[in-house]
Amino acid sequence: MSGLYQFLTGPALWATFVIFLGGLAVRIAFLYGLSKERDRVFYNHMDWNWAIKSIVHWLVPWGSVSMRRQLVFSLVFFLFHVGILAVPLFLAAHNLLWDEAFGVSLWSMPDAWADALTLMVLACALFLLVRRLVRPEVRILTTPWDYTVLVGTALPFLTGFCAYHHWGPYDLMLILHVLTSEILLICIPFTKLGHMVLFFFTRAFIGFEMGARRGARTW
Amino acid sequence: MAASAERQVHDSADTPQVDVKKIRELLDANDGARIRTWLSICARCGLCAESCFFYLAHDKDPKLSPAYKFKNTLGELYKRKGRVDWDFLKRCADIVWGECTTCKRCSLYCPFGIDIATMIAVTRTILYSQGITPEGLARAVVNYRETGNQMGMSSEDFIDTCEWMAEETQDEVKGVTIPIDKKGAKYMYTVNPREPMFYPQDLAQAAQIFTVAGEDWTMPSTGWDCTNLPMFAGDKALAGQVVRNMYEKAVELGVQYILITECGHAFRSALFEGPYLAGYPDGKPPVPIVHSVQLFYEYLRDGRIQIDPAKRLKEPVTYQDPCNVSRNGGLWEEGRKLVQFLAEDFRDMSPNREYNHCCGGGGGFIPMGPEYKPKRMASGRVKAEQIRATGAKVVIAPCHNCFDQLSDLNKEYELGIRVVSLKELICEMMIIPDKFKPDEEEAPEE
Repeated sequence: MSGLYQFLTGPALWATFVIFLGGLAVRIAFLYGLSKERDRVFYNHMDWNWAIKSIVHWLVPWGSVSMRRQLVFSLVFFLFHVGILAVPLFLAAHNLLWDEAFGVSLWSMPDAWADALTLMVLACALFLLVRRLVRPEVRILTTPWDYTVLVGTALPFLTGFCAYHHWGPYDLMLILHVLTSEILLICIPFTKLGHMVLFFFTRAFIGFEMGARRGARTW
Repeated sequence: MAASAERQVHDSADTPQVDVKKIRELLDANDGARIRTWLSICARCGLCAESCFFYLAHDKDPKLSPAYKFKNTLGELYKRKGRVDWDFLKRCADIVWGECTTCKRCSLYCPFGIDIATMIAVTRTILYSQGITPEGLARAVVNYRETGNQMGMSSEDFIDTCEWMAEETQDEVKGVTIPIDKKGAKYMYTVNPREPMFYPQDLAQAAQIFTVAGEDWTMPSTGWDCTNLPMFAGDKALAGQVVRNMYEKAVELGVQYILITECGHAFRSALFEGPYLAGYPDGKPPVPIVHSVQLFYEYLRDGRIQIDPAKRLKEPVTYQDPCNVSRNGGLWEEGRKLVQFLAEDFRDMSPNREYNHCCGGGGGFIPMGPEYKPKRMASGRVKAEQIRATGAKVVIAPCHNCFDQLSDLNKEYELGIRVVSLKELICEMMIIPDKFKPDEEEAPEE
């Protein structure tokens, strides 16, 4: 078991980071090249002001008309994203590993916060799952893959939480935690989770196409 | 392989052959960064559903949500790499023409700003390549190709109509002319062919307004049709040619601006999509484009046209934002300020401005013909309810499609409203300066 753990936190982790960051970089570079070749004409209307406004209004909770129409969903949606980003980056245990390996680390949040945020992520994921099942306009769009991605996103948080609280066999939980997290990171560049970075590009585009050319707000 | 065998069996019946090669070419040509990204990151969150009036008008039928529509048309075409059968294409046609007016409202409500209307338009192009397009649009396309305008009107008839209208109007405003092909004029006024064909008084009204405002204007003898139905039919090449005809005529005449009549999609075509369709690398029209809403507003603001206060509308009035003038044209404030000059009791719709709903007649729906009318009336429920809620008795609609759709909705839903264009109202209310007043002896006393 410890051999597997060594592998997962050693070579496999390196590979994960390379695929995750490299994959995203390649995807953006490819799309950028493609846009220069096939969507070149749209760059004539590029406008940073409208692009940034279009992004910011959708990052702020209830910053858009659309979000204000569905208050609960957009709050959940927002908290879900906050938790997903904050917990992995600012968890003390993660930072300890960074520090051990490279002597540098980010700011760490108190464990109690991380606990609360993790529960929040899980609760939000459950909400999103139920929403997919019960709202007809969402259910009709949902494919088995959408459920897979949602569960796959929640698993690292569930296993991490179990491991921290020593629920179930600790070693196994830890291994599952590392494994599910690595799978998730590897999937990001190749799936709809790529919206982690592509969001900024599509929002910028619609922001200036509707805003700079027409003065219409896309939020 | 089973799929292709199946297709052959199917195609051996009476249905036409699907040209998969052609579909793949078009899929490939459109496979740019935008569409690729949109198709791959749609999170299937369903937020777009509530933005769509088709969805709202049909008791939230999930099959009418914008995401469902693009996923099951263009999304599916990419997924199957164009290997689809005739039935699939017919289903796509029902969606992209019968359930979407490309009003672009959903792209304001999508967290990723996915431009679904663009993907619907690409699907229309693909269907068109297979000979599938609503009959009304197909007829118009033939007319554009043969005569350069959607109704097949000849240049002679057009010029005769202009002359006739200029003569008729002398009784209202002395000295009205409709200058044809005047070089170096400030505005080249372009219209929807239904004006010279069926409502020539629209030309007369425009001429009166320009005369009273002392405008330097002209109408071109060719390229006078600013509409662009090939854009909605899916004939991208012809759509480009149609705008090019207008642009080139403007350049030839050396005018400063192309002025667009009270038509929504003509503005969208001339200013926004036209340069893309015609393949202008800078994405901009060669001559600046101005919409009537903008110019009429400037006339009233600057006092070039003065409104008789006694004639202002007393009854409640609302303003229909044509999608392609407001949301897709940016003129919602100008429209409202203009209405303030004409009406005493203005009541806005909710939602309004760039968030206003499509009337249900856009995107080619009106010219698609009577077989689409039941759908148009059913999905127009949202607009009818919006209007009813304002309590307005007059609806100002600066777009021919909105005008027709609202007139139909008025009957269907018994709204008891009068639908009017800006030209009509301005002509009813403007003060005719003495120098333009018809000579006393010529005006018959009643």
